[in-house]
Amino acid sequence: MDDFVVRAMLAGIGLALVSGPLGCFVVWRRMAYFGDTMSHSALLGVALAFLLNINLMLGVLAVTISVSLFLLILQKRGSLSTDALLGLLSHSALALGMVLIAFMSTVRFDLLSLLFGDILAVGKVDIITIYATAAVILGLMYFLWRPLLASTVNRELAEAEGYNPDLTQLVFMVMMAAVIAIAMKIVGVLLITALLIIPAATARWFAKTPEQMAIASSIIGVVSVVLGLEGSLQFDSASGPSIVVASLCLFVLSLFASSLVNRVLHVDRKR
Amino acid sequence: MQLIEMDGVGIKRHGRWLIQNITLSVKSGEIVTLIGPNGAGKSTTAKTALGVLKADAGKIKRKANLKVGYVPQKLAIDWTMPLTVRRLMSLTAKPSSEKIDAVLEKTGISHLIDSNVQQLSGGEYQRALLARAILRDPDLLVLDEPVQGVDYAGEIALYNLILKVRDELNCGILLISHDLHVVMAQTDTVVCLNGHVCCSGAPEHVAASDAYKQLFGDSASKSLAIYHHHDHNHLGDDTVVPSKWDKGDCCDHG
Repeated sequence: MDDFVVRAMLAGIGLALVSGPLGCFVVWRRMAYFGDTMSHSALLGVALAFLLNINLMLGVLAVTISVSLFLLILQKRGSLSTDALLGLLSHSALALGMVLIAFMSTVRFDLLSLLFGDILAVGKVDIITIYATAAVILGLMYFLWRPLLASTVNRELAEAEGYNPDLTQLVFMVMMAAVIAIAMKIVGVLLITALLIIPAATARWFAKTPEQMAIASSIIGVVSVVLGLEGSLQFDSASGPSIVVASLCLFVLSLFASSLVNRVLHVDRKR
Repeated sequence: MQLIEMDGVGIKRHGRWLIQNITLSVKSGEIVTLIGPNGAGKSTTAKTALGVLKADAGKIKRKANLKVGYVPQKLAIDWTMPLTVRRLMSLTAKPSSEKIDAVLEKTGISHLIDSNVQQLSGGEYQRALLARAILRDPDLLVLDEPVQGVDYAGEIALYNLILKVRDELNCGILLISHDLHVVMAQTDTVVCLNGHVCCSGAPEHVAASDAYKQLFGDSASKSLAIYHHHDHNHLGDDTVVPSKWDKGDCCDHG
């Protein structure tokens, strides 16, 4: 295998390890569209980073976190429904990013690779950044697992029994923003949410507890990344869509597999 | 020991007072029951006592490091989250497996330990939620309609269990219930709510009163009774006025 393929594989695997458990929370908290909004605003972050000449990932982090905070504020005081607000923010941020990029004639952008990922763009520094970020997020999730899960099940119950759901939610949003920042080069801003949701949805069929689902989701994510990048190499397709298609295939397979497993279990129980 | 004291507490939303001037307290070993019609603010009062809702008026004092066990009125767990009864037990605590076994035995759902919570019947689910709250060895149990969906025999068993828990842990219990028989028989203090505290006091006084017998005596009037008590327009009607309710504090509605 060529160097760049190894680098892309390593980066993708690191990403999938952390997007698995985080994606479970996105599914449990019904925040899929929220994730979409955050990732779409990443493009605006890229544009601003170039404009202000700051680190790309920092720009993305700053913009995605601001957008999600902005959303929370609008939600609390506004009269528009959450899905309308999400649509408004999501597409405005994407459009603003595109317009800004068009204005910057001095910098050449490969827009397609920003939108859909580009494995050729993954360097050694990226790999280090991805694993460092993933380690921090996984560590945070390990320590905050119980409050995170409790406030996901029922916010009021978690608060009544001594946790701080507001703080948990804030930490969760920052973790989402960080994952979006490290996922951008591999899957692209348009498809990041898919990598959060599809492996988690696939894992649901085989899990009895939230912890099992989180771990299974990581494993399924890793398999999707490996298969997807292989496919991308094979068919010369963009890396993001290839990974998403691979995870979709696993999801469809899991539908059949789970109904098969259920049937076998059912027969067992009848005996 | 006083666990919670609410003094003149109010919650305002969108320019409207949901509850106003609520004064009540819960001591260790005491069962305080909130009764009142739909929309009277029973759940709101409980959430305010817990600190989940921040009071817009009045004062709330809680014992330092108060350990709470809470059974919310509505706790829907989405299918997307796989959760067994065993796992539900350790949602906010880390109990030993012996302790889980013991509490499930007490609540009568030992056989369901490995079932998914989404597959439980309404009654089984309520038992599981109660078990989870008890498991924490709380100072204060807040139970918002803990027996909804439980059949009659199960209801009595669960209320007996709640009494037993109170005796064992000497915890205070803030209970919201529709079951007036149980409320009258097993509660230390009844607080009757309708946006504000209409009436509060010991149930013996209430149970001994003619008004209570008239209101709750036969099953036909049972379901209507409580609403009659709250219908202040009817206070002029001498068959309804519960004059002996007010061994405790009752508002004087003109």
